[in-house]
Amino acid sequence: MTADKTHTPRKTTRRQFITEASRGVCGTGLLGLGLAGYSKQSQSLAAQCLRPPGALTEEDFLAACVRCGLCVEACPYDTLKLGKIFEPVTTGTPYFDANVIPCEMCEDIPCQTACPTGAISPELESINDAKMGLAVLIDRETCLNTQGLRCDICHRVCPLIDEAITLEIERNSRTGHHAMFIPTVHSDKCTGCGKCEHACPLEEAAIKVLPREIAKGELGHHYRWGWIEKDKAGGSLIDEVLDLPDRLPGTK
Amino acid sequence: MKASVGAEAIATKGWLGAHKYLLLRRVSQLGILALFLIGPLFGVWVLKGNLSSSVLLDTVPMTDPFMLMQSIAAGHIPEITAVLGALIVAVFYFMVGGRFFCSWVCPVNVITDLAHWLRRKLKVRASTKLSRKTRFWVLAMSLVLPVVLGTMAWELINPVSLFHRGVIFGMGLGWIVLVGIFLFDLLLVEHGWCGHVCPLGAFYNLVGRYSPIKVSAYQREKCDKCMDCFTVCTEPHVLKMPLFGENKGYSPMIESADCTNCARCIDVCSQDVFKITTRLPIKAEVKQ
Repeated sequence: MTADKTHTPRKTTRRQFITEASRGVCGTGLLGLGLAGYSKQSQSLAAQCLRPPGALTEEDFLAACVRCGLCVEACPYDTLKLGKIFEPVTTGTPYFDANVIPCEMCEDIPCQTACPTGAISPELESINDAKMGLAVLIDRETCLNTQGLRCDICHRVCPLIDEAITLEIERNSRTGHHAMFIPTVHSDKCTGCGKCEHACPLEEAAIKVLPREIAKGELGHHYRWGWIEKDKAGGSLIDEVLDLPDRLPGTK
Repeated sequence: MKASVGAEAIATKGWLGAHKYLLLRRVSQLGILALFLIGPLFGVWVLKGNLSSSVLLDTVPMTDPFMLMQSIAAGHIPEITAVLGALIVAVFYFMVGGRFFCSWVCPVNVITDLAHWLRRKLKVRASTKLSRKTRFWVLAMSLVLPVVLGTMAWELINPVSLFHRGVIFGMGLGWIVLVGIFLFDLLLVEHGWCGHVCPLGAFYNLVGRYSPIKVSAYQREKCDKCMDCFTVCTEPHVLKMPLFGENKGYSPMIESADCTNCARCIDVCSQDVFKITTRLPIKAEVKQ
């Protein structure tokens, strides 16, 4: 009660204060501990859930997003959804499942414009530079093109056709005299819009968009590609090819 | 605790007169929800977003300052739109009385009011003791957790944002949390959620500490001690001194920031003891 200071304010004794404070700390501490555990669990975004274009890294995104849904309402294709409690997406944060509705890659990026906090970073200038995820031809055993057919659907629906997905010719070893046109994703171009996954005609898509941190490998930082280093140096880095003596089996 | 309240008020002022502010509050609460909903439902965009952050008529940004504080605590530096929006909201609620949010805007209030109404009807007396200061501890927790975890942990379960977001964007299993609050208020603690636990209420309590708009028991000498106002009030302790503390020198103004300015006390009083007033110095000078 905040009556005027002059009127007999109720005094809290030290004992009362300590009792009350420790009660508060213990009670909310327990609640907080439970909440912390739950939040740790819910921070791992399910692999089929993708963030809107320009979204910060998952960790920063969870700190920045205020779960207002303005991006969802700005999305003209109903691609984006807000995560609900107990779903494998942090409660209230926007995501999309490419298999349901992929990102149509609007040139004006309305979801980005709508975001009030910068969780969808304003630094993304062109939708073609978006990195929502990375398409991966995850099952070469069922992909129709790997059977020698010319399905090519993922290639043809790709908004960055022949850049993000190319068809690479391989020899069809089953027939011995045909070619296979293998859909091949290039991670520097793929935006992760998910149109390929959405369009894949299989019962379960053979090409899937995954979060980039799942889809991408990372080279050891000390690795160097010899041919690139050779170009950089303008010549071979080794003086001459070492000619070691041949030792064939049975010889001494 | 009485099962029915305001019988005298209904007799003197009529049913409508004795429910004026209650009806206005329901219109306000549901009206705000409706303004958010007609966008996605009918394409009429008055308010976009939800209570966490929104845009009024495509121009005025509004952001829940408590939400933004959690975001900042989690280590994010927000864009100017969100900061401006939070300022607009904070200034608005300061002007109209802090916890005005709780009784006139927050959708959870409808649930907890229903729980309390049922509590009266079913004559549920038992109430577990819980300090009304608990909410400040929860408020502190919800601002400390993001610092430690780097994520807005409270927002995983925050029923206020969850309810409002759920109505507009889909509830999923969120109703479990809301039923939980309803049962908590009905069976465990009287006025449990809004009056004891909710950190958003605690936050707006702090925002409205020096708000100019207050309810005053300006005709307290007419009070016939029917106690109806104590029965309906979510924070009954705020009424005690303004009503009965005259000889101790207490002002009739309900100064406690716990008061939500719901004005239900005005409704149920047959003696017209209360009114909404301001505590701006200008007013005082005019009186003299």
